[in-house]
Amino acid sequence: MTTETSEGLRAWLLTETPHSRWQARMGSFYQGWLTLRGNPMAMFGIAILVLLLLLAAFAPLIAPHDPFAQDLSNRLKPLGTAGHMLGTDSLGRDILSRLIHGSRITLYIVALVALIAPIAGLLVGTVSGYLGGWVDLVLMRVTDIFLAFPRLVLALAFVAALGAGIENAVLAISLTAWPPYARIARAETLTIRNSDYISAVRLQGAGPLRIITKHIWPLCISSLIVRVTLDMAGIILAAAGLGFLGLGAQPPSPEWGAMISEGRRFILDHWWVATMPGLAIFTVSLAFNLLGDGLRDVLDPKDGSQ
Amino acid sequence: MTPALSFENLNVWFGDGRDRVDAVKGATFDVAPGDSFGLVGESGSGKSTIMRALTGLAPHWSGRMAVNGQPLGPKRDREFFKTVQMVFQDPYASLHPRHSVDQVLSETLYLHGMKDIDARIVRLLDDVGLGSRFRFRYPHQLSGGQRQRVAIARALASDPAILLLDEPTSALDVSVQAEILNLLTDLRAEHNLTFLMVSHDLAVVSHMCSQLAVMQNGEIVEVMTVDAMRRMTSDHPYTRALLEASLGYRRAAE
Repeated sequence: MTTETSEGLRAWLLTETPHSRWQARMGSFYQGWLTLRGNPMAMFGIAILVLLLLLAAFAPLIAPHDPFAQDLSNRLKPLGTAGHMLGTDSLGRDILSRLIHGSRITLYIVALVALIAPIAGLLVGTVSGYLGGWVDLVLMRVTDIFLAFPRLVLALAFVAALGAGIENAVLAISLTAWPPYARIARAETLTIRNSDYISAVRLQGAGPLRIITKHIWPLCISSLIVRVTLDMAGIILAAAGLGFLGLGAQPPSPEWGAMISEGRRFILDHWWVATMPGLAIFTVSLAFNLLGDGLRDVLDPKDGSQ
Repeated sequence: MTPALSFENLNVWFGDGRDRVDAVKGATFDVAPGDSFGLVGESGSGKSTIMRALTGLAPHWSGRMAVNGQPLGPKRDREFFKTVQMVFQDPYASLHPRHSVDQVLSETLYLHGMKDIDARIVRLLDDVGLGSRFRFRYPHQLSGGQRQRVAIARALASDPAILLLDEPTSALDVSVQAEILNLLTDLRAEHNLTFLMVSHDLAVVSHMCSQLAVMQNGEIVEVMTVDAMRRMTSDHPYTRALLEASLGYRRAAE
């Protein structure tokens, strides 16, 4: 690639007078990317998450050992042992390999919760906020009930009904995680719905469905995305907590929370067994938090102009 | 001749019971087709509320409102929105922050069931003096005057016969105000529009309108022609106070 074409692309993206919808949209994405790139902490978060994605995608190629291969003669080896950089756990399994394979589970949890909870919250919150009246009343009381439900009790009920497993744990987390999103979406909707631009589109004869999906959602989604990335850390920790209690991922799955739970027994003599997955959770949570902070700067429509 | 807009004993209120606020009380006036009618009065006198009731944005009203002789019910249909359109006061609040000019206009045209949307967008932008350079910009890339032009283009998209103007220039710089007012005058001549205009600026009203109604505390105290206003021959003391106040302001400004 010559620098000339990349300069041309840059000018094409940053032009004040775009010539097509596509160019205008790409241009605004590029503006957002430039803002995000100017935030070193957010870029650090993105770097960690990209690394996590690559690790998860190529886990079998990267991991030096089979995450499930036991070697009892080689158990609880400390850090830096030849062949086991992060040591081995109580069954002689390589901790590094387990962490790398565990990144798949972490991403799976994150993706599933990020799909269910905010979307459910967005739907309930915007409909409730825009329509108001008794719809608002009913939906918000339902939200209250879900808010009042203890997460672990619901998870227990799920596990009892559907069997232990990471999917059910995630479902339980999502079911208790959506009410805050609904509250946020409703609050945003209440401020938006009486604004002039909504009145203007009503005067064009638009119905509630079009107004909610095309005019209110785009404005709510940014604050929800920010909230999701900030909540991600909590979600990973909740899943790890369920794994720790034995309600989430089941052994021998290399889920990070379950790994900590296994390592707890040796925490005084063999600290690395619990600490390494803990550090992994910490790093990924931190990355999501940093990304969330950066995204807030980019996505907030109130100061979205340059 | 049937009036383009007619209001008879219109009452508009907000809230219920103790919290009830009567914003408009017994307003009665007609706007002839092709005419330009001004509503003046101080802030909170109910000028904009009449418009909001007409367009269905203020749900609680009683009395009679008619457009081209057709009385209005509690709901506004598509036909109504094709005939009556509105330009809002603050162009910084009346454009969706995430929609480009193109999106705003194409959605409006789509909602009105127009066919050749692409060609119409270009024509609308030309009509309001923006040109297609501005077509794919977002509101934050536009100045206040440019935004108001987009809002006017949106209001004109359905080829309405009646345009409601809710203080269309009060949020703009003085230099831009004149541009927008001239644009509106030109558009009115070109498209044969009927204007109902809210303003608290008597100079704007005398420039744009031929008739006006003076409002105070939700009531219309006087309906008069602009000529009568210029001659300062008014019957009601409030109107006289308003007129004198505007003169006094001018003298002080000079």
